[in-house]
Amino acid sequence: MRHFLLGSLGYDALPFYSLIATFAASIVVLGALAVLVFVTWLKGWRALWSDWLTSVDHKKIGIMYVVVSFVMLARAVVEAVVMRSQQAVAYQNPGFIPPEHFAQLFTTHGTIMIFFMAMPFLIGIYNFVLPLQIGARDVSFPVMNSISLGLTSAGAVLLMISLCIGKFSTGGWTGYPPYTELSFSPGVGVDYWIWALTLSSVGNTMTGINFAVTIYKKRAPGMTLFRMPLFAWTALCISILMIFAMPPLTVATLMLAMDRYLDMHFFTNELGGNMMNYINMFWLFGHPEVYILILPAFGVYSETIATFSNKRLYGYTSLVWATVSIAVLSFTVWLHHFFTMGQDGNVNAVFGIATMLIAIPTGVKVYDWLLTMARGRIRVSVPMLYACAFMMLFVVGGATGVMLANPGFDYQVHNTLFLVAHFHNMLIPGLLFGMLSAYHYWFPKAFGFRLHEGWGRIVFGCWVGGFILAFMPLYIVGALGMPRRSQEFFEAVYRPYLWVALCGAFLVLGALVSMVIQLWTSIKNRKALAVPVGDPWNGRTLEWSIAAPPPEYNFALIPKIDCVDAFHEAKKHRDAWRAPEHYFDIELPSNTPVGFVCCVAGGVFGFALTWHIWWAVILGAAVFFGAIILRSFNRNTTYIVPASEIRENEERWLLTLRETAFIDNDAMFTTANNGLVKEPI
Amino acid sequence: MSDHHEAERRQELHGYVIGLILAVVLSALPFGGVMLGLLPKTSLLWLIAIAALCQVIVHFRFFLHIDLSRSHRDDLQLILFSLLIVALMVGGTLWVLSNQRHMMG
Repeated sequence: MRHFLLGSLGYDALPFYSLIATFAASIVVLGALAVLVFVTWLKGWRALWSDWLTSVDHKKIGIMYVVVSFVMLARAVVEAVVMRSQQAVAYQNPGFIPPEHFAQLFTTHGTIMIFFMAMPFLIGIYNFVLPLQIGARDVSFPVMNSISLGLTSAGAVLLMISLCIGKFSTGGWTGYPPYTELSFSPGVGVDYWIWALTLSSVGNTMTGINFAVTIYKKRAPGMTLFRMPLFAWTALCISILMIFAMPPLTVATLMLAMDRYLDMHFFTNELGGNMMNYINMFWLFGHPEVYILILPAFGVYSETIATFSNKRLYGYTSLVWATVSIAVLSFTVWLHHFFTMGQDGNVNAVFGIATMLIAIPTGVKVYDWLLTMARGRIRVSVPMLYACAFMMLFVVGGATGVMLANPGFDYQVHNTLFLVAHFHNMLIPGLLFGMLSAYHYWFPKAFGFRLHEGWGRIVFGCWVGGFILAFMPLYIVGALGMPRRSQEFFEAVYRPYLWVALCGAFLVLGALVSMVIQLWTSIKNRKALAVPVGDPWNGRTLEWSIAAPPPEYNFALIPKIDCVDAFHEAKKHRDAWRAPEHYFDIELPSNTPVGFVCCVAGGVFGFALTWHIWWAVILGAAVFFGAIILRSFNRNTTYIVPASEIRENEERWLLTLRETAFIDNDAMFTTANNGLVKEPI
Repeated sequence: MSDHHEAERRQELHGYVIGLILAVVLSALPFGGVMLGLLPKTSLLWLIAIAALCQVIVHFRFFLHIDLSRSHRDDLQLILFSLLIVALMVGGTLWVLSNQRHMMG
């Protein structure tokens, strides 16, 4: 069986053990084939290679991150619907999914949603927006950015491959040992999980470093930290969280890998292993991770609420300090994820109180947003709808969070669907809604045309309705005692609630379909929806001061900043969009395949380790490090955009701008919007 | 101009030499302590710990050029923040795990 060439890989790894697995694998393979055919049909291979895969432009890397996240979102939502369907029929009935397959489903659903949907989504949005908002031409380390994308994508690809070859872990997204040790999980599933996570978390650590350095070093002249938009502040906080919180995860998963591969005993039952230390380290990462996921949405809402209320953000300084305190406090509460693990009451009390404290800065934020809206000129756009839904639903989630922060209460409901309802209640409004509204808000900046407004509202309705129907019943069944991750149950009283939850899941599926339709309709009507001037929402921050889509160099001249919302102030004083007198050459980083090579090599490395194909492990690692070392010998890493080309480009855009009529606020959502909105009096 | 440059360079070199000497002394002390075995075990451990801490400070001051001047305030803040987080993580882990060990003992 163990062959030099193929390791432990054999015919039995193919997904013919159940009909559902075969079907899912075929969809992945057919989907991949469809993409290949589509690109060939477009004759797009050259463009795909030179404009996208080898690009180090932060805007393109950001867009690719979001694409990865959408693909993974689709898979994880479908998995959620399958699990809800199983539970809806599972009363005294094994249903249509065997227990082991069900365990794979909740493991992949959680792993994907956190590491391959949420993280790429928010990193993608930051990648695109952050340099534009702080007036920079790119991030500090563009090639490292491309390698980070490569590593995250390699992890995502590993997850997709696991659907076709072999089985995934059944240990949940947290992968607690000793269950995930070799003695209880001898298959390749846990190894897939370990390497997918390790690849992506190394990529995320590098992204954190990249963003933090960019914010410290590349702000436009005059933009002090306290003149940054709040979205950039959340970027600073989450990048620092990523730098400190990702390493414990990498260490924990690598120690588990050493247990599984090298016969060590960090977390085993016998020979002095201590599995509690895994859980401790996992949540040293896991709790800051929660805030890595939620702070970006806070940042997005701070931008959209201010823009669509046409008011300066209320209490800017208090919002900044609230964000910073949440970031610091997030390192003091990790134990609340394992109140029931056996430490004494005093330890639990300390962490319970620390957890409750986080509700204070969060409350400050909600009041600040409400007061920003108060007496503003509110325009009910899609991002604004998401923001309002978020504020109502997030307060409910926060309240149940404070309940769970009480160890006594936690003892009652831990490991029940109450907890599942709570964290979905935090993460769907507090991450996904934020990212979806960011997608709607910045899409016209990225592509030069708006997303279809009507379909945007349908997507919103389906997501919010689906979320409420799917998760509010889970609070009730959780409080009634239904354990999470149950493949079958024997208590009739749960049944009606699970049926309601299934309806919610279908509505969420409807949201996903509506998103595809929205994108399709918007692309078809892109001429009518075009906003070439680039300021379709009467924006306040720097990214709206340039063309849409932005030129590769972002700003012809780096702007000088003297206040918060400098662009909006300039518009008020009729001082915006001034043509510069002189243009200068701009030096930009040139394309390099090193990120793509690292992606492939990292993927091969992870796959080969999973299947014990040692020659490919060595090859993957050698190519990965070799590519980076070879790259360091290349001295021609930049190219010059000549001033004449910039002048031509900018003058063409400024001409369009002068010829475009200002539209009224009320016409913002009609096709009259060409990206230039009149300041309301 | 070049005189000024020269003076600056000499001053920099001066800093590196002091740093190097301090680093070597701070490494030699614990090594010597262990090899010669002149101290009892507890005070030896204290010696190693204190020497290690001083070593960290020497590296920051002389090799990474972090001091209390205004231009290095950002760097200093980041280092202090790192210290806080490391203290929380390491201290917290020790506290939680030793508490569990005690409860199960």
